[in-house]
Amino acid sequence: MTMSAPSNAFGGQASPWVSRIAMAAVHFFILVLFLQNVAADTWSSVIGLLFAHLYSVVALTYWSKIERTAAGDTVIVTVTLEYVLMAIIFWERASAWPWSTMFGLGMVQVCAFAAVKYWKDLRRAPASAWFGLIVILVYVMVAATAPIIAPFGETEIVGSEYDVWSNKHLLGTDNLGRDMFTRLIYGGRNTVGIAFTTTLLAFIIGGFAGILAAAMRGWVDQVLGRLVDILMAIPSFIFALLILTIVGTSIPSLIMVIAVLDATRVFRLARAVSMNVVVLDYVEAASLRGEGLWWLIRSEILPNILPPLVAEFGLRFCFVFLFLSGLSFLGLGIQPPTADWGSMVRDNATLITYGDITPLLPAAAIAILTIGVNFVVDWFLHKASGLKD
Amino acid sequence: MSMIGKLVAQRLALGLLTLFVVSLIIFLCVELLPGNLAQEILGQAATPETVAAFNRELGLDLPPHERYIAWLLDMTKGDFGRSLASQREISELLGMRVQNTFFLATLAAVIAIPLAVTLGILAALYRDSWYDRIVNVVTLTSISFPEFFVAYILIIVLAVNLGIFPSISNISEDLGFWEKVYRSALPALTLTLVVVAHMMRMTRAAIINLLASPYIEMARLKGLKPGRIILKHALPNALAPIINVVVLNLAYLVVGVVLVEVVFVYPGLGQLFVDSVSKRDIPVVQACSLIFAMTYVLLNLLADVLSIMSNPRLLHPR
Repeated sequence: MTMSAPSNAFGGQASPWVSRIAMAAVHFFILVLFLQNVAADTWSSVIGLLFAHLYSVVALTYWSKIERTAAGDTVIVTVTLEYVLMAIIFWERASAWPWSTMFGLGMVQVCAFAAVKYWKDLRRAPASAWFGLIVILVYVMVAATAPIIAPFGETEIVGSEYDVWSNKHLLGTDNLGRDMFTRLIYGGRNTVGIAFTTTLLAFIIGGFAGILAAAMRGWVDQVLGRLVDILMAIPSFIFALLILTIVGTSIPSLIMVIAVLDATRVFRLARAVSMNVVVLDYVEAASLRGEGLWWLIRSEILPNILPPLVAEFGLRFCFVFLFLSGLSFLGLGIQPPTADWGSMVRDNATLITYGDITPLLPAAAIAILTIGVNFVVDWFLHKASGLKD
Repeated sequence: MSMIGKLVAQRLALGLLTLFVVSLIIFLCVELLPGNLAQEILGQAATPETVAAFNRELGLDLPPHERYIAWLLDMTKGDFGRSLASQREISELLGMRVQNTFFLATLAAVIAIPLAVTLGILAALYRDSWYDRIVNVVTLTSISFPEFFVAYILIIVLAVNLGIFPSISNISEDLGFWEKVYRSALPALTLTLVVVAHMMRMTRAAIINLLASPYIEMARLKGLKPGRIILKHALPNALAPIINVVVLNLAYLVVGVVLVEVVFVYPGLGQLFVDSVSKRDIPVVQACSLIFAMTYVLLNLLADVLSIMSNPRLLHPR
């Protein structure tokens, strides 16, 4: 496919044919997956096919560039083929939601790539970090393939109100007679997805502004710094509620408001750590030889401040996630009928006074993910500080 | 002493400026409303006359700076205007609720602070022991829990299963002090659990940070007992960061109260705030956020001032 690398892209230690046949199989699979849809919706299948092929090209290019071993290749190919096999076994469901199936495939491959690439570090990770990683992996996969796993539709009313746990409804039904288990799966997708998007946005805004402030100094630094001071003077929960009253609680405004408020914290950190880097000799050398600002940021500053920023990303994600669930719990976040863990607790809270713990499951799901992320961040920070010594 | 005086005066001036900016932001938020308030409240069908009347009633026809000054003066006099939803005086709505909220926050603080500082000192004293490890894991987990999760677990265990405390905090004016404490025990306990973890970890870190310094080693070599080293030698120097984190967590308490009040149906400011946000009752939201934000700013200021005043290097200048 992509033979741009000077040596054989599929060379290395692994047999090129295994990888080629595997990739051909995956392509055939995606083709069938989306072609099935043609009759129903031509455009979505065409876009889906284009997207899937774009993704494959990116993945294969990346694959040809990383340091590879036969064992690593085998892991990636096996995991991919196993996913395809699973999808074929449950073809009925998998083909009904081709986008989710495709997304799940992407996630499986990303995880496999990451595992192979960082295997040396992972092998030495403590049990708590493994626990965290597995929790994150499970959540990501469930979020990616939510419609395929969930037995019912997200907002489908399938029974009477507050049914008990049974074979048909694993965790009973909620206050409107929707399946609790299904809502839990979809809720994971919505809450985690929105929290992740928000955190990413906060990092793009705050991180960029922070590095810029450190690199440019002078009035840019002053203006950005004072702006952040002002935004941080009001507790962010109160500020968020105040702004949401005015702009209304739609999902885009929710994401924007939380991202901007959270970007202030990222700004502080990014500015502080880049300040330490900017004063070093090699940055001065680079700027003296006439490199532009963008180059300085990208090639000199960013690589050196990445570890603390990555760790902060994990912590910020937890914070945003709790923040968002808190808002939803108050009925001011993600609006019904979209499933969401915070509002699920609120809607079914009546059951708690009867000693039924079902409404606490979404809250527990929130807690487990934040604990998992915290454990991974702990390990990462420990590793990053260890490398410096 | 003049050094301290100067620093404190600086902080106070900065705090005053912050208060001013905060009030300006809260005022401006409404100005930035897409469209205008009258249209938003009265709906699209409003005739120009009703809009004009509405604007005149709220003083919206004046230029912004005049309105801001008038608004600020009213606020300082305790006149918050009228609620859009119920047409009642906001100060009337606030009265009892503000007291209730501060009662709850104080109660939580009274339980949390001694507990957190003691646990933190003990963890620093017996660090790397099983006690320290357990405390570390427990606090890390409780930081990761959403507030409402903690609240509902307490309800299930203490209210539903054991029946010790009521699961709904029904507070009214005519209750005696202890009855009030009893009824707000669960919300206070929830807040305590949420706040203690952070305070404790910071206390532990502040003390352990100091334990590496030479004068502590000197004390150890002199043969002092570990307890005495920590209480007499490390604690005075660790006081500034500890006070800082304690007061910052109090500021957090004031905000965390919002969620907890909703869970326990506690008649406080937080509940009013949430209700008004969902009704988009802007004057009430403004008043509530002003009170919350002011408390937050003032507590931050207090943290700054106290940590300056308790710094031994500044207290005993050479």
